[in-house]
Amino acid sequence: MATGEATAADQRIALRAPRRRWGEDVIKGALALCALLSVATTIGIVAALFLPAFEFFEEISIVDFITGTNWAPLFAPSSFGVLPLVAGTLLVTAIACAVCMPFGLGAAIYLSEYARARTRKSVKPALEVLAGIPTVVYGYFALTFVGPRLQDLGLPVGVFSALSAGLVMGVMLIPTVASVSEDAMSAVPRDLRDGAYALGSTRLQVATRIVVPAAVSGIIASYVLAISRAVGETMIVLIAAGGQPNLAWNPLEAVQTMTAFVAATGQGDTPTGSIEYKTIFAVGATLFVMTFVMNLLSIRLVRRFREVYE
Amino acid sequence: MVTVPESQTVPVTLPGVNVDAVAERGRPLPARELREVVFDVQGLGVSYSGNMALQDVSLEVYRNFVTAFIGPSGCGKSTFIRCFNHMNALIPGARIHGRILYHEQDLYGTDVDPVEVRKRIGMVFQKPNPFPKSIYDNVAFGPRVLGMTDGLDERVERALHQAALWDEVKDRLKASALGLSGGQQQRLCIARCLAVEPEVILMDEPASALDPIATTRIEDLMHELKRDYTIIVVTHNMQQAARVADMTAFFSVTRGGEGQRTGILIEYDATDKIFTQPSDKRTEDYVTGRFG
Repeated sequence: MATGEATAADQRIALRAPRRRWGEDVIKGALALCALLSVATTIGIVAALFLPAFEFFEEISIVDFITGTNWAPLFAPSSFGVLPLVAGTLLVTAIACAVCMPFGLGAAIYLSEYARARTRKSVKPALEVLAGIPTVVYGYFALTFVGPRLQDLGLPVGVFSALSAGLVMGVMLIPTVASVSEDAMSAVPRDLRDGAYALGSTRLQVATRIVVPAAVSGIIASYVLAISRAVGETMIVLIAAGGQPNLAWNPLEAVQTMTAFVAATGQGDTPTGSIEYKTIFAVGATLFVMTFVMNLLSIRLVRRFREVYE
Repeated sequence: MVTVPESQTVPVTLPGVNVDAVAERGRPLPARELREVVFDVQGLGVSYSGNMALQDVSLEVYRNFVTAFIGPSGCGKSTFIRCFNHMNALIPGARIHGRILYHEQDLYGTDVDPVEVRKRIGMVFQKPNPFPKSIYDNVAFGPRVLGMTDGLDERVERALHQAALWDEVKDRLKASALGLSGGQQQRLCIARCLAVEPEVILMDEPASALDPIATTRIEDLMHELKRDYTIIVVTHNMQQAARVADMTAFFSVTRGGEGQRTGILIEYDATDKIFTQPSDKRTEDYVTGRFG
């Protein structure tokens, strides 16, 4: 009887692992650490940014900061109205978007719907080289080439202007928009294009009525990426936009953006712990909040306009 | 050469063929001189980057007939049907040899515009491919791109009626087409095609992704539609060809020197003849299930 039971147990199929798979645990831990690194960095940045910013707002009223129209933190009497910097940032960003959005989308439509495979293979890497040029090069390109050409055209621009910085920044962002949008458009199933062609659509109709609507979430993602980079771009505006806080909303004048202020002040001889020093963090925190809100909005926008094709 | 029988032959039962289904299909075919030729295919071949996918096909397609193309996988039947509306032109490296005459005009003549061709020759694909838009916008898509926007609502309703879908969708025309079942999606694609009032409808395995009930509905629809349209259907389902087609073309594969597969037309005849008295041994082997 006892021997019979033992035999039955022996014959049971082994469903348990013979030993614990330690390698699996190690890999899992290592991968979790990789994910944790970026999360921890983000938390660290937020803390490093907001703690000095809070100290700043203990001394300066946050209402005055947000609604003030005069930015002169380094002069006496100092004034901490951030609006001129916000205006400069938005102005340069708007000019850059006016360039990179239509041209980037146009390039993406061309590459995805019109170009032959061979053309696409040579044009796309060329675009990506454009994306790889250091921004300092773009900055001097704006200052020494685009600015003077604008003057040649008879525009009353100075050496530094929001216009030249914005235009060059827009050109810099074309490959970003084109590349991300093109990926989204290429992912639209062939079936849908075939269906539209079979109904007698022209290429343009297929592109504008089928492919672009189906890829709109990717296109908006590329736009959001472009806006984020434009808002955060520092070197071009530092070199070519002028460094002049300006609330005039005039693209022909010199402006200072939030990033340019942070960079310019940070490299100066501002003593640590002084109110001037803390403005850097206050402006940085404002920038952070702006991009964060914009990202949230764009996520909602994408959800709303998305045409799901699966 | 195309051979068409002048008289009905006595059906001989072959294993694997449902003779009832063949009989159900109905009317005797009109005599050849009474048929109107829509397509006259002369020595057609298609190559992709130099590889012949289809070679030397000659046949005539008649008005208000359902014409079926059957054959094993890789025999070029889908390649062939895509020649009738220039869909192969969208594939890089594809070349067409020979001629297709459409009402005696060369379909691949130098001044022929693919867009004009596709207005007259609609297509339904293997996998239902509704656009990610509303049911209404799907059907209205063709009329809109072709500028036929007068009386659009009536046109959409008419097309949905013709595709036997109206009653199921009339209360949710603004809902997404992707919420429909597979069979409904395919009927929507048929409605989309009918909305531009083509003369010919090409169907590339229209029921292969559908369940048997949805398949039956598509087949019933083909019976209905052939009164007004000329239909060409590719199918790998022989029963389906037997049920719906007036004429059937059987394609097969030959292997070239370097192992490349080329589709060829074996036999083209009245469907009854193909399924009961095929004149070629390869057709008989295929329709009786001994091959393919």
